[in-house]
Amino acid sequence: MEREKLKNIIECFLFFSDKPLGIDKLANIIEIDNPDEIKGAVEQLKKEYELRNSGLQVLNIAQGYQICTRGEFSSWLRKLYKSQTTFQLSLPALETLSIIAYKQPVTRAEIEKIRGVDASCVLRTLLERKLIRISGRKKVPGRPILYGTTQEFLRYFGLKDLSEIPSLEEIKPPVSG
Amino acid sequence: MDYRVRLEVFEGPLDLLLHLIKKEKLDIFNIPIAQITADYLNYIKLFRRLNLDFAGEFLVMASTLIHVKSRMLLPSVETVEEEEPEDLRAELADRLMEYQKFKEAASILKEREAIQRNVYGRLPLIPQDEDYTIEATLFDLLDAFQRVAFRAEKEVREIIQEELSVEDRIREILDFLENRRFINFETIFSGQRTKKLLIVTLLALLELIRLRMVFARQAKPFGDIRIYRAKQELVTQG
Repeated sequence: MEREKLKNIIECFLFFSDKPLGIDKLANIIEIDNPDEIKGAVEQLKKEYELRNSGLQVLNIAQGYQICTRGEFSSWLRKLYKSQTTFQLSLPALETLSIIAYKQPVTRAEIEKIRGVDASCVLRTLLERKLIRISGRKKVPGRPILYGTTQEFLRYFGLKDLSEIPSLEEIKPPVSG
Repeated sequence: MDYRVRLEVFEGPLDLLLHLIKKEKLDIFNIPIAQITADYLNYIKLFRRLNLDFAGEFLVMASTLIHVKSRMLLPSVETVEEEEPEDLRAELADRLMEYQKFKEAASILKEREAIQRNVYGRLPLIPQDEDYTIEATLFDLLDAFQRVAFRAEKEVREIIQEELSVEDRIREILDFLENRRFINFETIFSGQRTKKLLIVTLLALLELIRLRMVFARQAKPFGDIRIYRAKQELVTQG
């Protein structure tokens, strides 16, 4: 298949899909065995959107690609969707999420030990928002539930994959004293 | 059910301690225990005076601080095998340091959230299973269970000894849903020939619903119930 056509097909997919599509998935649908060919076409598409100074962008998030609007036009979009309620995570939710992101798979007790407060309410909210999932049970007495982050977590924070968040060693707490 | 107002100003005892340390410009690794205990207790008193309901964890930390303080005042008795006050203090410092890192990580996530919130992708265009959109209530589930149990009661003649835990049954239901999008409520219970198995199955189902791993939905009120597997990668923009 010629490059131009392949790129256009991919553009249709990324525009139409309601979630990021991975290279594997694209290769599967288009029936091209060479993932590099797909990746090359996607990256070219991404570059073209950037060069064109478009209102849309090809985002590389949650281990896939999706065509999304650019952040600077959000206020215009909100004019179109007035009723849309914007949701923001609370501080306890963000703290709990960051512990899960770094320590996964992790139990509720382990999270509570770090934060020093009960986490059951927050965990339920995060499960409902599909930002975390139950990844199994720990093989210790009581077989406590283990939690991990989801694809939706990556999408929500605009992350390509987990390696995009800085490692714990890199994080320097503000110097006290 | 009692109604409690949670104190939102401080996330928890560690958060309050960090606040006090910052306010007094103290060194985390060399916390003057007597001073911090007094400051901490002052805050607890303030919470009380303002009639704010606060989590029990705040009191646990207060007792820890008082414990460390008292241990530091008393001469060490070698026969008693107890943690040295210095160890307790170092442990507290480690916990504070770790907590502080995650607080920082949370603020990084918050920044990313703020950026990503302004970026919109397409919303799902094709609603799936338009018919089954009503979430079944606990009463719907119990009604349906009674119908199944009643039918089973008439069929079961002999007692079969069989052991199955709720946990095993949870796994079975999830396995069953692995390659299907849904199963009928009745199907889950078919083949459960004893009362005990029926109850274990119901408990497993309720647990899965509570954990939001499956959803019980109906097409119309009092209609048939279908159990759907929760999709992990479902996009919930907007």
